Amino acid sequence: MAEKNNLNLLEFEKPLLGLFKKVDELKKVSDIDMSEEIKMLNKRIETLRREIFAKLSPIQIVKVARHIKRPTTLDYIGLMFTDFVELHGDRNFSDDAAMVGGMAKLDGRSVMVIGHQKGHTTKELLARNFGMANPEGYRKALRLMRIANRFNKPIITLVDTPGAYPGITAEERGQAEAIAKNLREMAALNVPFITVITGEGGSGGALGIAMGNKVVMLEYSVYSVISPEGCASILFRDAGRAPEAATKSRMIAKDLLEFGVIDEIIKEPIGGAHNNYELAAQNIKAAILKHLDDLSKLSPRELIADRYHKYRKMGIFTEG
Amino acid sequence: MAKISIHEWFTRKKREESSNEPKTARLDIPENLWVKCPKCSAAIYAKELEANLKVCTKCSYHFRLSARERINIIVDEGTFEEADSDLKSTDFLDFTDSIPYQKRIEDAIIKSSLNDAIVSGKGKIFGTQATLGIMDFSFMGGSMGSVVGEKVTRQVERSIEAKIPAVICTTSGGARMQEGIMSLMQMAKTSAALQRLREQGIPYVVILTDPTTGGTTASFAMLGDVHIAEPGALIGFAGPRVIEQNIRQKLPPGFQRSEFLLAHGMVDIVCERKNLKDTLANVLKFFVE
Repeated sequence: MAEKNNLNLLEFEKPLLGLFKKVDELKKVSDIDMSEEIKMLNKRIETLRREIFAKLSPIQIVKVARHIKRPTTLDYIGLMFTDFVELHGDRNFSDDAAMVGGMAKLDGRSVMVIGHQKGHTTKELLARNFGMANPEGYRKALRLMRIANRFNKPIITLVDTPGAYPGITAEERGQAEAIAKNLREMAALNVPFITVITGEGGSGGALGIAMGNKVVMLEYSVYSVISPEGCASILFRDAGRAPEAATKSRMIAKDLLEFGVIDEIIKEPIGGAHNNYELAAQNIKAAILKHLDDLSKLSPRELIADRYHKYRKMGIFTEG
Repeated sequence: MAKISIHEWFTRKKREESSNEPKTARLDIPENLWVKCPKCSAAIYAKELEANLKVCTKCSYHFRLSARERINIIVDEGTFEEADSDLKSTDFLDFTDSIPYQKRIEDAIIKSSLNDAIVSGKGKIFGTQATLGIMDFSFMGGSMGSVVGEKVTRQVERSIEAKIPAVICTTSGGARMQEGIMSLMQMAKTSAALQRLREQGIPYVVILTDPTTGGTTASFAMLGDVHIAEPGALIGFAGPRVIEQNIRQKLPPGFQRSEFLLAHGMVDIVCERKNLKDTLANVLKFFVE
């Protein structure tokens, strides 16, 4: 596996491996100045990477969205916001580490930011339950949204989850009820609400914090009703047909823009957000600020109506 | 089994096939004379089962009902007025698994005699007016696509307009995967409509029947003021197989059944089918009187 090397290259980035190795070798040369050669090679890497990423298949985009180095919610919070004060717990059962949130400032403006939290190492991922929230995660998110609502602060949610956690205790504590309630309550928020799909938008677990007035999506993120593997194993009875399922279920940003499910696609740095955290964060921030400016012109009542109509019109069917 | 001529058998068969009456697909015994209970394996005389509201006379297993059968049980005779019956699903993703989605829709229409997985409208429950949405598992596993989401939303909007309670009876495997992200969005749409209903102070009662899982549970099925469940119904977010695979251990007995949900605070009442209409009527009366 290409991922074994420190470059964290994905399978389809293999053509880059040779070039990276050459760069490494040249860097080891100490007696001659190789900086020109290295520069040229890096340019070639960039060009090749651009070419590869220009024609990624849906399943390849899924792989980028799930990349272990892909910036997490806390990475973005650190890069986009200041004065972050993390708030914990659902005041009911526990604090879910797979869902984080708190008060923060975005260009001087107070906002509530909430998102699923994954990790960059196995240890981190385990501590964060791979970004799969339990009911208390959704209840914490709702608690923070309600605080924002009462004190008239905009809400920003960052979505990156394989899905809500499917487990015994999650069912016991009402996973379905927690998500359903969030959906209903998000419809009632009278503050500007922006959702950013930053990685995996996994079904109800994603939607549970994703009912923004505006929903924007990173170029190499996905948003779907079921994972391609789940879809393939249920409908094709063969999880190995996930690539086909990813294509057929239309889960990439450009499809979702076409369906009107999202409002904007945010450009990612060459080779994906994990290759340049700062640039990725900068692009997201610019999009949030733009939409926040637009939404700030709406009254509380208009914000609720705007959100209602956004979701009310979703659906494709025939009548008569 | 009563003896019949070959000719009679064929005409009967033909009649059955062309009949618009919902078929009792679960009753897979020839001539539907005897039915085997899936739970206790007892053979029950079909007419007896029918008279017992399709509840096993031996073990009280509640057989799944079609939407029409459910309406007959809970709605006052002759008061049901159907709405939005001409809404149909469409294969906008051009989605083919083993067969094209369009074909699946057409097959389901024939099999269930319905245009999609929910029948909606209004009617009276012992005199109390309510809008009704009754799901039907025989239409693609009661899955929620654009049509189910739209019909539920319209039902809720009619409840707001007419200021009458909304009653929804669920049975669903969850979101309809053949409609991709659009099926997920139905969760948002229906829940947003229910928020409006709530703001207007109009009651909403959910009857949960076997099975209710996935996106349906995680939206309108769990948002009632009152949740009534039939005994033994499977109700959950993740399906039991998904959980079993995920945690790699056997699930405890009774997990995700109505009684389990009652014990964990997710439903108000577990109610036998024979008492369902009375219970529903009493609950509605509390709200409207």
